[in-house]
Amino acid sequence: MAEPAIDIENLTKDYPYGFLQLKKRRSLENLTMQVQAGEVFGFLGPNGAGKSTTIKLLMRLIFPTAGSARILGKPISDIAMHRDIGYLPEQPYFYDYLTAAEVLDYFARFHDFTAAERRERVQQMLKKVGLESAGRIQLRKYSKGMLQRVGLAQAILHDPAVVVLDEPMSGLDPVGRREVRDIILELKKQGKTVLFSTHILTDAEMLCDRVGVIVGGKLQGVGAPSELVGLKAQGMEILFELPGTVESGRELLAQATRTGDRYHLRVEESGLYAAMERLGAAGAKVLSVTQVKPSLEEYFMNLVEADRAQAAAVEVRATK
Amino acid sequence: MTRVGTVALNTFREAVRDRVLYNLAFFALVMMASAILVGQISVGIEQIVIVTLGLSAISIIGLLISVFIGVGLVSKEIEKRTLYALLAKPLRRWEFILGKFAGLALTLTVNTAAMSAGLFLALFYVKHSVERADTAVLVAVYFILLKLALVVALAMLFSCFTTPLLAILFTAGLYIAGLFVHEMRNMQASTIDPALGGLLRGISYVLPNFENFDVMGAAAHGRVISGMLIAQNTLYAALYCAMVLAVAVAIFSQRNLK
Amino acid sequence: MSEKSYIALLLFVLLGFGGVWRLQKCIDAQQSAVANEDDHLMLRSSKLVKGLSLEYAPLVADIYWTRVVQYFGNKQAGKQLDLRLLWPLLDVTSVLDPQLMPVYDFGSTFLSDAPPRGAGRPDLAVELLERGLRANPDEWRLYYDLGFVYYFDVKDYAKASEALYEGSKNPKALIWMKTMAAKIATEGNSAETSNFLWQDVYNTTKDPLVKQNALRHLQLLRAEEDLKQIDSLADEYQKRLGRRPVRMSELVQSGLLRGEPADPLGYLYILSKAGKAELNLKTPLRDKWFKEPASK
Repeated sequence: MAEPAIDIENLTKDYPYGFLQLKKRRSLENLTMQVQAGEVFGFLGPNGAGKSTTIKLLMRLIFPTAGSARILGKPISDIAMHRDIGYLPEQPYFYDYLTAAEVLDYFARFHDFTAAERRERVQQMLKKVGLESAGRIQLRKYSKGMLQRVGLAQAILHDPAVVVLDEPMSGLDPVGRREVRDIILELKKQGKTVLFSTHILTDAEMLCDRVGVIVGGKLQGVGAPSELVGLKAQGMEILFELPGTVESGRELLAQATRTGDRYHLRVEESGLYAAMERLGAAGAKVLSVTQVKPSLEEYFMNLVEADRAQAAAVEVRATK
Repeated sequence: MTRVGTVALNTFREAVRDRVLYNLAFFALVMMASAILVGQISVGIEQIVIVTLGLSAISIIGLLISVFIGVGLVSKEIEKRTLYALLAKPLRRWEFILGKFAGLALTLTVNTAAMSAGLFLALFYVKHSVERADTAVLVAVYFILLKLALVVALAMLFSCFTTPLLAILFTAGLYIAGLFVHEMRNMQASTIDPALGGLLRGISYVLPNFENFDVMGAAAHGRVISGMLIAQNTLYAALYCAMVLAVAVAIFSQRNLK
Repeated sequence: MSEKSYIALLLFVLLGFGGVWRLQKCIDAQQSAVANEDDHLMLRSSKLVKGLSLEYAPLVADIYWTRVVQYFGNKQAGKQLDLRLLWPLLDVTSVLDPQLMPVYDFGSTFLSDAPPRGAGRPDLAVELLERGLRANPDEWRLYYDLGFVYYFDVKDYAKASEALYEGSKNPKALIWMKTMAAKIATEGNSAETSNFLWQDVYNTTKDPLVKQNALRHLQLLRAEEDLKQIDSLADEYQKRLGRRPVRMSELVQSGLLRGEPADPLGYLYILSKAGKAELNLKTPLRDKWFKEPASK
């Protein structure tokens, strides 16, 4: 089995808080996770779950309370390893007195390029993220989306094997999100390993080979999106209109949800035809019948609910 | 180019693009011009006023830059999250600290040199000659630079572990305390409580002694400053800066960047 | 904004300034009723000021010194000057910058000179000069000033001689200091010495106030000589005519005086009721150099 690109073992992080910093808040607990080389891995979780904490631990911006991690076989304390990784921090501002070209040039200087190579790379990157024309404008005039693109550019300009992105889609409009998605797919095509955190589940479903869901500082599930939610369909949904008021239709209506003139009704696959007959008898006009696919969102929400319930229980126990 | 140098030059570039510095330099030049006028009030003290006013302006402006920008060196990079992306590069934390320090030191040198040029112009305008005694003014400016470097190091140290506001207060407080080292050392004679006097004396040996760099009187009256003092002060500043930066690096290396 | 609004704004600002200036006059009147001249001194304690000046002591010294010059250079009629402020100002200035030589020059003259011309505190002048000598042992001019103060105001001729002698040891000193030291040691006070010393100050000082003061002293010395002469003539008159003259014209009539003599400023000398020669009541020589403080 090939060595994972990112190998995390029992990573734990406590934050002290309170008046004299005596109390501890555990923001990450015993995280064990691997990201295989060449895959796109989505790190999902609600706000404050520990996604950013994990990424910052990997980047050595914060230090673990316990546990260890390796990237490309080297421990995270090895500074030389940073030559092969790229990182986009959450909501970056960068140096507002510099232009995009200057920022990229600055960051590029920390890698071993010749001056000519550096110039070329910077131009390439600007083109790739669509900032070619804005390259000479100071960053203070950039929109959020443009800043995000600069961030992405500096993360990949040195052609790293592993790219770590913290909320790369945040603050972007649909066009921007699409562009970032395209770049991530391109990186995948180039055989790079991409780890990114997000709470936009649809993006994760679309892009990721595997996802890891983290809630309340603990890893709740890892796997391909389809694996996690199960392939089993959850029934059928009938969309219909019901003109007038007909007696026989009333019980069906009670089960359906209404939006304006239209009704959605969920039924088990087995009971589909029976329901259709009754609707027909009631004089309903069926607009569509669709399969209810399980979504990552529901899986996700279930986990969050469970965690909240557990946390409440812990609190109750503590106050007792 | 070394990584430290890269960080240093970027810091310098940031300062150059900050308009505040130009305003301050302009203000200093206005001071020099007004010094010429002020000197006319009393007979025989024209040069003295130009030198004292000029050196004071250079010193105060330099201190403002050192404290306020010095404190911001680290905190701004954290606030703007530029540091996050930076540390993901093969850049060690100590290289970052050293680079920022060198960048601001370079900025201060250029700024001070520009203001001093104004001072010497004003002096020449009044005297119409250049004498050997004028080297004292040059030495005074050099000492101001040494002092500013030390203040920057202190500002960086404090900004590594406290909020910007506290860092400013601590740095300013330490600077002022450092001007009274002599008084503290001789406190024992006049203080009521000998234990307190002893404590103050002890503190006086640890504090950075900023009195060392005060030669305004000598420069104003054209007295030559000994080469021995220049060498000693240079060594003192270098050593103390190194110590302070070493502690700053140690603290910063352990710091969790939230 | 429309044109009308601009005009309205301009008018408002102009009227506003008028109002502000009127108000300022009232405030000034209020302030002068309340304010003390002492307030202009800023701070008195030399130690405190030195502490607060941090490392900018020489600059603050310059500021204090310009205050002194402005304040005492103000000879306009109606301006009350309190010479009691002179010592604190000079005290602070000399502590802030012990090498500021004009302070000692000016200070020694106006501290030791008798009122109304000076503060009448030769002891403080001596203290100031000795402080200056401790800080600037190479400045022979301070010995010169010291000799001056001892000779004219303290009237201690031994010390005066000593000071001039000490100063004369410096190769840069004035040539005559040594011989003058000897002369004072033997003769003490003499008109010749006094004249010489004031003349030297008049010739060499760059400070216009000090120069004017020296001129005044020379004129007074001249007048003193004249009065002495007139007195001896009056004695002669008494010998001849058995009584003291009561008017200057009598002396002229008797042939002892060729014309009615006047002091160096052109005011005629007069005779008192007791027959003693005196300065004319109107002569500025008698008058204030600085106005006397009202609260004396």
